[in-house]
Amino acid sequence: MAKQPRTKKAPTKAKAPAKSGAAATPEDFILHSLQEAHEKSPKYKANADEMLEFYKQMLLIRRFEEKAGQLYGLGLIGGFCHLYIGQEAVAVGLQSALTEKLDSVITGYRDHGHMLAYGIDPKVIMAELTGRQAGISKGKGGSMHMFSTEHKFYGGHGIVGAQVALGGGLALAHQYNEDGGLCLAYFGDGAANQGQVYETFNMAALWKLPIVFVIENNGYAMGTAVKRGSAETEFHRRGTAFRIPGMDVNGMDVLEVRNAAEIAFKHVRDGNGPVLMELNTYRYRGHSMSDPAKYRTREEVQDVRDHKDPIEGLKKVLLENGKTEEDLKAIDKEIRKIVAEAADFSESSPEPEASELYTDVLVEEY
Amino acid sequence: MAIELKMPALSPTMEEGTLARWLKSEGDEIAPGDIIAEIETDKATMEFEAIDEGTLTKIMVPEGTENVAVGTIIAMMAGEGEEAGEAASTPAPTPAPAPAPAAETAAPAKPKAEPKADPEIPHGTNMATVTVREALRDAMAEEMRRDERVFVMGEEVAQYQGAYKVTQGLLDEFGPKRVIDTPITEYGFAGIGTGAAMGGLRPIVEFMTFNFAMQAIDHIINSAAKTNYMSGGQMRCPVVFRGPNAAASRVGAQHSQNYGPWYAAVPGLVVIAPYDSSDAKGLLKAAIRSDDPVVFLENELVYGKSFELPELDDHVLPIGKARIVREGSDVTIVSYSIGVGFALEAAETLAGEGIDAEVIDLRTLRPLDKQTVLESLARTNRVVVAEEGWPTCSIASEIIAICMEEGFDHLDAPVLRVCDEDVPLPYAANLEKLALIDADRIVNAVRKVCYKA
Repeated sequence: MAKQPRTKKAPTKAKAPAKSGAAATPEDFILHSLQEAHEKSPKYKANADEMLEFYKQMLLIRRFEEKAGQLYGLGLIGGFCHLYIGQEAVAVGLQSALTEKLDSVITGYRDHGHMLAYGIDPKVIMAELTGRQAGISKGKGGSMHMFSTEHKFYGGHGIVGAQVALGGGLALAHQYNEDGGLCLAYFGDGAANQGQVYETFNMAALWKLPIVFVIENNGYAMGTAVKRGSAETEFHRRGTAFRIPGMDVNGMDVLEVRNAAEIAFKHVRDGNGPVLMELNTYRYRGHSMSDPAKYRTREEVQDVRDHKDPIEGLKKVLLENGKTEEDLKAIDKEIRKIVAEAADFSESSPEPEASELYTDVLVEEY
Repeated sequence: MAIELKMPALSPTMEEGTLARWLKSEGDEIAPGDIIAEIETDKATMEFEAIDEGTLTKIMVPEGTENVAVGTIIAMMAGEGEEAGEAASTPAPTPAPAPAPAAETAAPAKPKAEPKADPEIPHGTNMATVTVREALRDAMAEEMRRDERVFVMGEEVAQYQGAYKVTQGLLDEFGPKRVIDTPITEYGFAGIGTGAAMGGLRPIVEFMTFNFAMQAIDHIINSAAKTNYMSGGQMRCPVVFRGPNAAASRVGAQHSQNYGPWYAAVPGLVVIAPYDSSDAKGLLKAAIRSDDPVVFLENELVYGKSFELPELDDHVLPIGKARIVREGSDVTIVSYSIGVGFALEAAETLAGEGIDAEVIDLRTLRPLDKQTVLESLARTNRVVVAEEGWPTCSIASEIIAICMEEGFDHLDAPVLRVCDEDVPLPYAANLEKLALIDADRIVNAVRKVCYKA
């Protein structure tokens, strides 16, 4: 079950003075400061256009993923395919706050949503899922391995947790080049138990790297519920040992996500080093297409769908703000058309040429 | 508009399944997300969810039916009245059959690369005598002067001046931004180095020894080596992983392994293992300039050895090219790294016995310069491979396979390998000596292939 982010924090207790002359004094080591700023006013004040854009993007991800599931069922997509349905508000809320062409994004294998939220053409993503020449990786990567250096989207990584250290490297490059950019590194509650995550936390905090660590806590590491696999289930606290401020965010509300993103990104851009954000969310589908999801009840899923769905939630706000059902139907129609076109494209594109087998192994000839 | 519902593929390996149960009946209204049926796959019982809105008009496959092939039409649906307009009637994907394998059944010809020759050293070039350690340091310093994107990171590379002093002086010249001390955290900093390369920098990641790089091997292989391919050529990863490799002296099994064969087994990596100062410098410079990820294997026991090195403004050598370090006509000894020294020593002894041995230093382990080995084999008709490392699945076994596959007609004797003993390296001085290769063993192997044993 999606964990409820806490809305009230106990007041920060005065801490005993540090034993040695550590660099940070107890006073400036306030790990809750960002969370407190967020809680003061948790909803981003989106204007009408922004709100509509959030809605469209989330709907695009939802419909795209539904279509991907359908194509998988038809045997047009093979292997592993991890859908993002339910988690849409996270990618849209965070990435809408990034600076285009400057900031970098890296994630794990559940990557379709992050790519769509970055404005990457749904056609080339879907064509990658079907393993075609026109796919973003020429059909050689598949669902889990997609990249767009043009959009500064650095994957799409299949090894759980690897993207965290790689993201540290992207942040190092931002810092080295003094370009003012930051890296947004997504990982799940499962990856949060990998050792390299903490190695990266340590170096990122030590070197004040411009990186935002985002734990998408969807409640389950494949089939293992968070409480069965994690001693500390409050993931936003996991940076405490490295003096990384944490934020505990409702990942089912795009306006709250965006609000938290603004606060976190500012902190990082101001040169204060990393922030760890826990986004509490939920995936409606199984871990991958072949997961029967017997580790949770249908009622649990249905309850989230009925009460916390990020798209339905924003729809309500839009309707309250003067949009009509017809307006939203028209958007749905438009999105379905985009997705249908992507699916058609992905089915009609040819498979890669056999000669592609040997290309891109190495860049240079030796 | 009729929508065909087909037997879905519900796992990567599923070809058919059992239609266990229908949860909807003919005439039922269906909303997206509704569970229509339960299907038993090869792995589990899965729920079959509706994508489209409409009415279930006909069930084509009754429940309980076994061995229903993926793609079989199991039911028909009619799109919902008003919703049956363009929006909801987004047609269920037409029954495009899973794509047939590309027409060509024969695999395409694998492209062949011609290794480049070493550049000519201009006549009258002064030859300086330098240690391998200095040559490596100079290579890094020169490349850092040449390209702002190049930096070094690793344990004790900066303030300590390098655990083996290979980075000596770099901090003073380039400062802490470009010579970065890391905590002892190989997996983490190998990932950060790899990510920085993806982000456009040119990191040199030093491992204090390659034994510790086993903690980081996931990033070297899964992140660095495979990404260019998986991204269809979009994501470059120009990182150099370097440090001492293989046995040092009396440091026991965990600090003494040769990883050359491990990394050389991986497509997407360049693997270099030089022996002398000139190759160390020229190849490290080439590695830093390469757009590919490079594993650069040094040897602690060779760091302090001095060799001649041409004093050139820019001494860069070609990756992927072996070097004949001693010409001979009776037998070819193929080696790399510290093994080259033993091979040359053996060749001297053999010369005294009237056997004229040619010695090839592979220098690059991947891509391997087969051509130089096979051309030499064609001249000498006998080959011995000398490798300071385990014999099983080694560079030696690879060379032997190549000689069999592509040089069989030229062979006058079976190819022999001289490798370390197939045991974890022991600590005791006498046992360690017994486990490691030396010139005597190479001499004996050569006598055998020359039938003079």
